[in-house]
Amino acid sequence: MKNWGECPMPKFDFDIITMGHGSGGLLTQKLLQSGVFNILKNDKLDQQHDGAILEIGNKIAMSTDSYVVSPIFFPGGNIGDLAVNGTVNDLAMCGAIPKYLSLAFILEEGFLMTEFWKIMVSIKNAADKAGVQIVTGDTKVVDKGKGDKIFINTSGIGEVNSKANIHHKNINEGDKIIISGPVAAHGITILSLREGLEFESDIESDTKNLNYVTQSLIEEFGEKVHFLRDATRGGLATVLNEVSSITNLSIYIDEKAIPIDEQVEGACEMLGLDPLYVANEGLFVTIVAREIAENYLELLKFNIGFENASIIGEVQNTPAGKVILKSKIGGNRILNYLTGEQLPRIC
Amino acid sequence: MKFITEFRDPELVEKYVKEIKNRVTKPWTIMEICGGQTHSLVKNGILRMLPEEISMVHGPGCPVCVTPIGIIDEAILLSLKSNVILCSFGDMLRVPGTSKSLLEAKAEGADVRILYSPLEAVEIAKKNPVKEIVFFAVGFETTAPANAMSVISAYKQGVTNYSILASHVLVPPAMEAILGDPENKIDAFLAAGHVCTIMGIDLYYPIAEKYQTPIVVTGFEPVDLLQGILMAIIQLENGSYLVENQYARCVQAEGNPKAIETINEVFEISDRSWRGIGEIPLSGLDVRAKYENYNARLKFGLGTPKAETANECISGEIMKGLKKPFQCPHFGVKCKPEHPLGAPMVSSEGACAAYFQYQNVLEFN
Repeated sequence: MKNWGECPMPKFDFDIITMGHGSGGLLTQKLLQSGVFNILKNDKLDQQHDGAILEIGNKIAMSTDSYVVSPIFFPGGNIGDLAVNGTVNDLAMCGAIPKYLSLAFILEEGFLMTEFWKIMVSIKNAADKAGVQIVTGDTKVVDKGKGDKIFINTSGIGEVNSKANIHHKNINEGDKIIISGPVAAHGITILSLREGLEFESDIESDTKNLNYVTQSLIEEFGEKVHFLRDATRGGLATVLNEVSSITNLSIYIDEKAIPIDEQVEGACEMLGLDPLYVANEGLFVTIVAREIAENYLELLKFNIGFENASIIGEVQNTPAGKVILKSKIGGNRILNYLTGEQLPRIC
Repeated sequence: MKFITEFRDPELVEKYVKEIKNRVTKPWTIMEICGGQTHSLVKNGILRMLPEEISMVHGPGCPVCVTPIGIIDEAILLSLKSNVILCSFGDMLRVPGTSKSLLEAKAEGADVRILYSPLEAVEIAKKNPVKEIVFFAVGFETTAPANAMSVISAYKQGVTNYSILASHVLVPPAMEAILGDPENKIDAFLAAGHVCTIMGIDLYYPIAEKYQTPIVVTGFEPVDLLQGILMAIIQLENGSYLVENQYARCVQAEGNPKAIETINEVFEISDRSWRGIGEIPLSGLDVRAKYENYNARLKFGLGTPKAETANECISGEIMKGLKKPFQCPHFGVKCKPEHPLGAPMVSSEGACAAYFQYQNVLEFN
């Protein structure tokens, strides 16, 4: 596979994005031809139609997501990786094999072409890694000050594995809850770069595609995999609350079993943030039938990048609709939804 | 994590709980001063582990909760000025002012920035010379040195577009106000470890003596809190009222002389109004005349903050230990984090927020 990370930026006769690049005229054509179509080249996109005609199997999963992360570049990735991996992962969580993505940009006037190119290269690499094609897209430009450099929307469709039956209605008392790796790396990476909060660390975003690992697990365990969800915005605690709310079952979690990188944990302590609510970009939660839990964990850990996966709890009947966390010292408490964003505390 | 993991050791926790149960013979009411301690007690499930004789009540050590509504309104007013960048600790953003919060002002277009260190605000001032940068300097003795340092730093560098909107409060006068209240029912205090790290413990001896109340300087981790409670119980059962230091790994008797010197350089002690509690003499810090150019109150001609008007929030009774959050008729009904009636429901150190976030522990245990 060609590594586009080594690909030099083509020569553009402009250094920054201007309003004209969103006009649909010659400037738009120049941007798309050299900056987008060339790098993302495939038979669907090459037709340069407003839409793409696709052939796909019977059962289809579809998802969409918008990406507005700031800063747009961070250790471990950039907004381009996120935009591909995020939608790929949402499809993967449906038990689907992601196939095609759309890609839409909202660019702020004045955005540097060098940065645009870096993001395009990341998009291409992430799409290649995940085995998806970008088949249609859109570019708009907004006045300076009306955006924040670059916003991206991706939508995607994938073919649902015939062995998969991912649905919250399949979750039962006794099911085990498994997390695929350490929590909170992405959110803390982003926070460590924000003005006023900067601190030095080796922490990197965990952004990555999850489609291969989930497919290997579904192939092996089929319908015994009851539920999959990537723990992005709102973190692990929010996913667990969503599950308990929608099923009206209770979820018991053991805090000691939740993996966390020591630096991330230290940063959370320092900032006064609860890592269970911090965003992840390459982490998923599985709820599986009790009898396969150990084997599922073993296979999951066999995949590169998932060595720290862990069984963190189980589903019970009461108290209905609640998540209960056994703290590290042994006390039980409710793990609730957060009202809004976590805000760093005073002292 | 060294110095944290050891103080979250389940075996030690069990040992201390057992010892507390062995020692206690009658009902005692203990107040932990700091909101950080309150959250640790509730979040770790410690309240449920204590014998029923011990009632923990939650003190006023939540800077967000005690900042007068008039000063929050002033911060919001300043943030909405087109030439102002208002910098604040994150925790202040959700606190309701009279008509809105800083978070809502931000949504209306105010330039509000969340910082960890006020020194960052001085850097922002240097980068934005045509703007006025105001740091919302709230907090107890813990944040005062850094806030003072930012003023000294701006002064030394000749940065003139920086000022602080100060609303500093001091712990010992608040403890006296609580103990002097005719309704007071506090038998012992867990003093706030971090405040004592800065200020030392000398100020507590006269209080313990005058009100014959044990004071144990205590940390924030589960083992710290249980050890502090045990030390208080031993004193109460023995009838003694000493000042003791559980948090010796951080707190020295004389405090941090450099930090105290920095505070005294910039601030002077003044009377202060506490949200929900009222005026407490000599319980606050104001910017000294030498640094008046860095006092946002003078720079923007803010005058006297608007007095508090009565509302349905009973935060004063909660912070004086007279009531617990769930004894408020509005708790979890009319007052929730998404529509708070008062600050204790939105602050990460507020007692109401702690109970709301982890409350159902009482229902299923």
